[in-house]
Amino acid sequence: MAGADSIDNPQRRNFLESITTVVGAGGAAVATWPLISSMNPSTDILANSTTEVDLSNIPPGGTHTVAWQGKPVFIVHRTSEEIAKVHSTVSIKDPEADDKRAKNSKWLVVIGICTHLGCVPNRSPEGWLCACHGSKYDDSGRIVSGPAPKNLEVPPYKFVTDTKILIG
Amino acid sequence: MIKNTIAWIDLRFPLSGFVKHSLVDYPTPRNLSYWWNFGSLAGIALVLQIITGIFLAMHYKPDIGMAFDSIQHIMRDVNYGWLLRFIHSSGASAFFAVIYIHMSRTLYYGSYRAPRELMWWTGQGLLLLLMATAFMGYLLPWGQMSYWGAAVITNLFRATPFIGDYVVVWLRGDFQVGDATLTRFYALHYLFPFIIVGAVMIHLVALHTVKSSNPSGINLADKDNIPFHPYFTIKDLYGLGVYLIAFSIFVFFLPDTLIESANNVPANPLRTPAHIVPEWYFLPFYAILRSVPDLAGGVVAMALSVLIFAAMPFLDRSKIPGGARYRPAYRLMFYVFIANIFVLGYVGAKPVDALPSYLGLVATIVYFSIFLLLPWVSMKEEKYLRERGLPAELETLIKEEEAQKDERRQKKSDRRHS
Repeated sequence: MAGADSIDNPQRRNFLESITTVVGAGGAAVATWPLISSMNPSTDILANSTTEVDLSNIPPGGTHTVAWQGKPVFIVHRTSEEIAKVHSTVSIKDPEADDKRAKNSKWLVVIGICTHLGCVPNRSPEGWLCACHGSKYDDSGRIVSGPAPKNLEVPPYKFVTDTKILIG
Repeated sequence: MIKNTIAWIDLRFPLSGFVKHSLVDYPTPRNLSYWWNFGSLAGIALVLQIITGIFLAMHYKPDIGMAFDSIQHIMRDVNYGWLLRFIHSSGASAFFAVIYIHMSRTLYYGSYRAPRELMWWTGQGLLLLLMATAFMGYLLPWGQMSYWGAAVITNLFRATPFIGDYVVVWLRGDFQVGDATLTRFYALHYLFPFIIVGAVMIHLVALHTVKSSNPSGINLADKDNIPFHPYFTIKDLYGLGVYLIAFSIFVFFLPDTLIESANNVPANPLRTPAHIVPEWYFLPFYAILRSVPDLAGGVVAMALSVLIFAAMPFLDRSKIPGGARYRPAYRLMFYVFIANIFVLGYVGAKPVDALPSYLGLVATIVYFSIFLLLPWVSMKEEKYLRERGLPAELETLIKEEEAQKDERRQKKSDRRHS
């Protein structure tokens, strides 16, 4: 069956050896995918993805924190002074106009997770202060100073009625 | 009967040969000081953690609804549960204390130098494994510090280029640290100690190949080595007794000093405690992370601050045998480094606003400068010491080693050219 050339043909043998190594290693690498993928969020976690919030109980100047996908979301009923202030300033590190961040300038909706290392910032007179590493945010959730690279993230949301929003 | 059994085994497995060669007759430098006790102490700390950990695992529940309460159950209801938990929680700190002293000894006496580079590098790997294990174990009580420590550290992986956000979600198995995170940390916290045991074996095989270093920094002649048993079994046992007394003081009288009070509050994903701090053994590295005013920069600086130890065999260019004992400039750098570690630890323990922000930055710069200046300082120092005149024996020794090195290099190039 095997001709003389196939038994005594070093190139052919080397080729078969490399092919076997490559296919074997490739197969082993692909076989780890189910293991890696199993560590990603499971479908029940992915399904838990929207949160509805009633805004009518939040007084002007008040802040309400809700959980969305397990993350804290800050909803601020901003006063007119606060609105005027955030309209007149910009963040230097991550410039973004307040109009782009708030659908209704009275209401600010941001994910309450510091963009540095994920702590929840505390409300301060100027906006927010992250106690973990000292990042400061203004009343539009924009980074003012500290190690955080970006503004507080705005989650996807829409106004269902004037006093009700749906996050997610 | 016993003799016959051992003889039967020896025909099939090198049992008594191994014991004789590696434990009884194993040649050990006779001038080892008590600083050489910390290797075996680290082994005992590891065994204590594994034993108490296995028994704690019989009562612990890795579920976010039950984890916190199961710790209370262990503390109040399980027979001697309080003892198991306090040995385990204080044991983690004790383990790090022993390892840090073990590393300081290696740095002081120059034990990382040829031919012991692999001892140093396997040790570095062991340190990383220990850090990972301690970090994952710290999430299990599911208190506020547990939760926010894990949240911050998993977030460090956001600094991964391009796929950072996905990596963080993948590590956690959720958008925030949650049930999936707790369960996988538990599984890995149980696995890693056994990987550490394997790595310790490699560390010990390397040790038994190159043998222990000693305070003189010179490889001793055979007549200056003495058998491990009984001389060092008894010395290690004595050291163990002293260690266990100190350890027991923490376990029985001060167990709460090493547990952050905020961790007695169940984890709350919607509220970060006003002041979060890692365990004391991570404070210097945490201070470096915090001192760099940039996410990626901070993460890279922190990773480097641990990994840079591996470069020591390359950074130290001096041929003078021994470590700090015979090298005044290196000795000064060693003490500045240790003092600076304490400064960093202090900075890491304080809230961000409580200290002037430049303090951490200066200490971080000092930390890295010491490593980066070492090649230059060690060369200058060697030149100065040799010009001033070393003892004739030492000069001969250095020349012999250089000659050997040249010979090896010559052989290598001969082989290449032939």
